[in-house]
Amino acid sequence: MILNDKRIRIVVGHYGSGKTEFSVNYAVKLAEQGRKVALADLDVVNAYFRSREKAEELSSMGIRVIGSHESSGSAIDVPAIAADVYSPLQDESYDVVLDVGGDPAGARTLGRYHNYFIEGKYDMFFVLNANRPETQSVDKAIEYLRKIEDMARAKATGIVNTTHLLKSTTVEDVLRGQQLAEQVSEKIGIPIRYVVALEHVANKLPSNINGEIFPIKLFMREDWMV
Amino acid sequence: MAKVLMKGNEAIGAAAIEAGCKYFFGYPITPQSELPEFMARELPKAGGVFLQAESEIAAINMVYGAAGSGARVMTSSSSPGISLKQEGISYIAGAELPCLIVNIMRGGPGLGSIQPSQTDYFQATRGGGNGDYRLVVLAPSNVQELVDLIIEGFDIADQYRNPVMILGDGMIGQMMEPVEFKKPKTRELPPKDWATNGTKGERKPNIINSLYLSPEELEAHNIRLQAKYQKIRENEVKVESYNIEDADVVIAAYGTTSRIAKTAIAQLEKEGYKVGLIRPISLWPYPYDEFNKISDKCKGILTVEMNSGQMVDDVKIAVNGRFPVYFHGRLGGMVPTPNEIIEKVKKIYGGEI
Repeated sequence: MILNDKRIRIVVGHYGSGKTEFSVNYAVKLAEQGRKVALADLDVVNAYFRSREKAEELSSMGIRVIGSHESSGSAIDVPAIAADVYSPLQDESYDVVLDVGGDPAGARTLGRYHNYFIEGKYDMFFVLNANRPETQSVDKAIEYLRKIEDMARAKATGIVNTTHLLKSTTVEDVLRGQQLAEQVSEKIGIPIRYVVALEHVANKLPSNINGEIFPIKLFMREDWMV
Repeated sequence: MAKVLMKGNEAIGAAAIEAGCKYFFGYPITPQSELPEFMARELPKAGGVFLQAESEIAAINMVYGAAGSGARVMTSSSSPGISLKQEGISYIAGAELPCLIVNIMRGGPGLGSIQPSQTDYFQATRGGGNGDYRLVVLAPSNVQELVDLIIEGFDIADQYRNPVMILGDGMIGQMMEPVEFKKPKTRELPPKDWATNGTKGERKPNIINSLYLSPEELEAHNIRLQAKYQKIRENEVKVESYNIEDADVVIAAYGTTSRIAKTAIAQLEKEGYKVGLIRPISLWPYPYDEFNKISDKCKGILTVEMNSGQMVDDVKIAVNGRFPVYFHGRLGGMVPTPNEIIEKVKKIYGGEI
């Protein structure tokens, strides 16, 4: 249940795994539950497909979107983070989602917020996609997770299985990813918190699956994309 | 091999390694920087060398050197960086060396922006460097086709001893899509007996050069180049077309915009319109002949691009006055929407433009 997660949620993982779609959908679900939500886009790795591109749409749902440079929108890729990120971290009336850039390089931005990441006060979700070549084996996935934790100076509290092939994702894809997530979970002792899938795939997942089924809509893909 | 999810720029690197590319010389620039990053990590594992040069000019000249020694070699950049490489590209074309050059285009002119564009069509197909040379220019429209064209591109380069350019817009480089790596159709490739890889005391030294002091010799060299380009025109045209024998309007588009056009066409068909598509995959050689298959009843050709209409010239050459040629484009890194295209097609149908 997303309402039971800690007030500060940090979303990390290998780039291209599905962090931003998960973060955006998560923020929307929180807003739908009546929470006051801030989504901070800390992505200094990607130049395209960042949550700040959807700021207008998300704002209309009552979500405060904080990009790296509010005035410049999506047209700049300077590795700068807006000072405003501090505001929802300090103002405890906010539920915060930190959409972090991919890889250990992207997690570097988290270092400056170290003071706010007090054990028991935050969740850090490790997004894992078994269809990404760099995180297909248990060992490589764990290696990524450890490097990201070191860079972020924070510990993962949950695994999020986002295994997909975009709009052509099947139940089998998700379940294959689930196997990987379960092996990683067992080996490092961190639970699977969410199993993410497009709504029509999520409906067909077994209800006894390990972790909460998390149906999503695709916010970042245009109609003409696969 | 099962499908995996890759970003276009990563997939270029993986495909190049699959194709036996051993050397990458480049300099980072958004929106293609994931490619040098991928190569820095992966190429050494495949027994190759990644080198970040001090500039784009240095990088293309390193490509010149490595290609001259017979190695499979590539470079990549985005629009302003490709402009810097033009001198080297001309030298490589003049010296008849095979290599692969990737341009992941962004908005221009000048430094422009980091958002996707197709504004280097003229530069790629007309030659941004000096001299009567041609590049084979291939324009993928999705990540799978990008992978396939990279792998085949190295073969085309070797077969004709000519640089091949992969021309993708920023969207192709940045987009995540499922891909698999398939073996290309096999080509018979000539031995690289021209390479400067050591005489071993068994032959005269080979010389790689684009300088000819005698105009007679340079003319003969150019005539030979032109004959080669003619062969490429005959053999290497790649095009996809859809419903052009029965269409009332035909859209001409390549790369990302062709996908947006396809979405528009599907919607228009639901509303009863007959719209065809010509999607050049090779921008040089251009698929001029494909336009001859368009039915006489066609009301016009709509070119859609992320530029101010650079391919319109080729479409006009292709239709040779048979049909009016219209254009829809977005500039500066903006991406057209299916609805914009639908509106334009309806206007052509209604005789409003």
